[in-house]
Amino acid sequence: MDMKVAKKLGLKERYSLMTRDLAWDTTYQPMDKVFPQTTYEGIKIHDWDKWEDPFRLTMDAYWKYQSEKERKLYAILDGFNQNNGHLSVTDARYINVLKLFLGSTPPLELMAARGFSMMGRQMNGAGPRVACQMQAVDEYRHFQTQIHSISNYNKYYNGMDEFAHQQSRMWYLSDGKSFFDDAITAGPFEFMVAIGFAFEYVLTNILFVPFISGAAYNGDMAAMTVGFSAQSDEARHMTLGLECIKFMLEQDPDNLPIVQRWIDKWTWRGTRKLASVGMMMDYMLPKRIMSFKEAWEMYVEENGGALFKDLARYGITIPKCFSQTIEEKEHVSHQSWIGFYMKPQATPFHTWIPTPDEMDWLSEKYPNTFDKYYRPVLEFFDAQEKAGNRFDNKTAPMNCQVCVSTMKFNEPGDPMEMCFRESIYKGEKFHTCSDHCKEIFDNEPEKYSQTFISSHQVLQGNCEPDGTDVNAPDFKPGQNMLDYWKLDKRALGDFNGSEDQKNFAAWREQATKN
Amino acid sequence: MSNAFIAFQKNDESRCIVEAILEDNPGAMVDDQPSMVKIDVPNRLVIKRETVEEKMGRSFDLQELQLHLITISGNLDETDDEFTLSWNS
Repeated sequence: MDMKVAKKLGLKERYSLMTRDLAWDTTYQPMDKVFPQTTYEGIKIHDWDKWEDPFRLTMDAYWKYQSEKERKLYAILDGFNQNNGHLSVTDARYINVLKLFLGSTPPLELMAARGFSMMGRQMNGAGPRVACQMQAVDEYRHFQTQIHSISNYNKYYNGMDEFAHQQSRMWYLSDGKSFFDDAITAGPFEFMVAIGFAFEYVLTNILFVPFISGAAYNGDMAAMTVGFSAQSDEARHMTLGLECIKFMLEQDPDNLPIVQRWIDKWTWRGTRKLASVGMMMDYMLPKRIMSFKEAWEMYVEENGGALFKDLARYGITIPKCFSQTIEEKEHVSHQSWIGFYMKPQATPFHTWIPTPDEMDWLSEKYPNTFDKYYRPVLEFFDAQEKAGNRFDNKTAPMNCQVCVSTMKFNEPGDPMEMCFRESIYKGEKFHTCSDHCKEIFDNEPEKYSQTFISSHQVLQGNCEPDGTDVNAPDFKPGQNMLDYWKLDKRALGDFNGSEDQKNFAAWREQATKN
Repeated sequence: MSNAFIAFQKNDESRCIVEAILEDNPGAMVDDQPSMVKIDVPNRLVIKRETVEEKMGRSFDLQELQLHLITISGNLDETDDEFTLSWNS
């Protein structure tokens, strides 16, 4: 008897059966009442079935591959932790980059998980709903695995345990927090451009690719495995963001000016957020694989340029800020590091002056700017520190009302002049760090006039530890910042002379001799 | 013309995938970095299931790429037989 063997379904058929085919249009209530969020931004969608997920990943395959990634990751973490991993990094200075990463990244992954859970509910089409739900699960995975992978270091080094408390309070974590707060309080399509395009395509390509490759080069197997494991999901996330942009542009020509404004806005917001990643690459990795400038050229200038050229067929033009970002790539990492170096009593990680070798590397990588503008400042600080006068700026910073970065960037075309812009809204003056942040503010002043900026709020008595009587006659705002932030005092100050520095040296000695 | 690219974590499986890409994409450029490898191809990069299977000596599902992928650049199209990244420019 002839057996008829059913042919295995192809990828496209499988995807269609397992996603769109399982969805239905509601009948008890009209669809626009069930999905009320997708119209108010002005984006017009005529046919949700035109949405394509090019990865064509079905839920069963998703679980299969994600669980395999998790098994690999945790096997590596076990090996790392069981093998004195906390001593295998090149130099104890390296650990400070993990402290900064822990405060700034996992909490944002959690916000992304919340955001994509909302998108998974709000999008009308089954294609984007499934992709957004997968992304929500991915983001939650990143949040957890990042904390797990760094937790081993927390057993040995100072300044890591209060990152969750610090996320919404620390001055330097406000830029990332505001990026996500801004995105999640926007409508669903703007959120997709903010996170799917700006965060995934612009930001994570630098943070999780060359920076993580650098972490591996510095012997940090934990950060390497968690970073690459996260980034393996980001390829899917970037694709989702890109598909969303193409979908909006293909659905209706009226969508073009709205999408263009979001691309302009979020390219700039992503750029500002990257300044601290630049400093992590150029200053905080003891062994470096490439400069921030080189990474910027590879992943933003060339890769972003390729995308904008591709989108030109829909009428998208290169974001207005693009030329300024190219000018700034030679400055921002230095300006950020100097900014942090000046605040040794206000961060749970240490800073330091680069060694002479490291300064030479910076001169070579930044021939147009380092020797001219930044080496003299660092050498001056170095001489002051050696004379017992380590620089300590005790004043609160001023922050941009939009990106909430501290004001430290230069006037375009003039590296010696700091850039400030101001706008008046309802009789109040608001400051921004650049023309592009000012434009974002002026477009939505009601939103950005409400930005919570801790270094400004402290003056109104709004940043005090529990139990402080702000109405007491002798109350002075800002006297209790360390307690408000729950800063571990052992984690403050210069790297030179720190407890981490001494412990690392002593433990490494013990690990190699009897 | 823009480059399409793909990057993988370095391991035995991705070594075979990279060999397959080099065979199927004349003009491919390999950028070897610590613990990762990035391959750029002008305009269009294709990974063919058959070639990967030949290099690995076993059957291969293109969705297994998910396990080793780090990043991609280009518009993606994936079928059972080919994983393609391309730019329209």
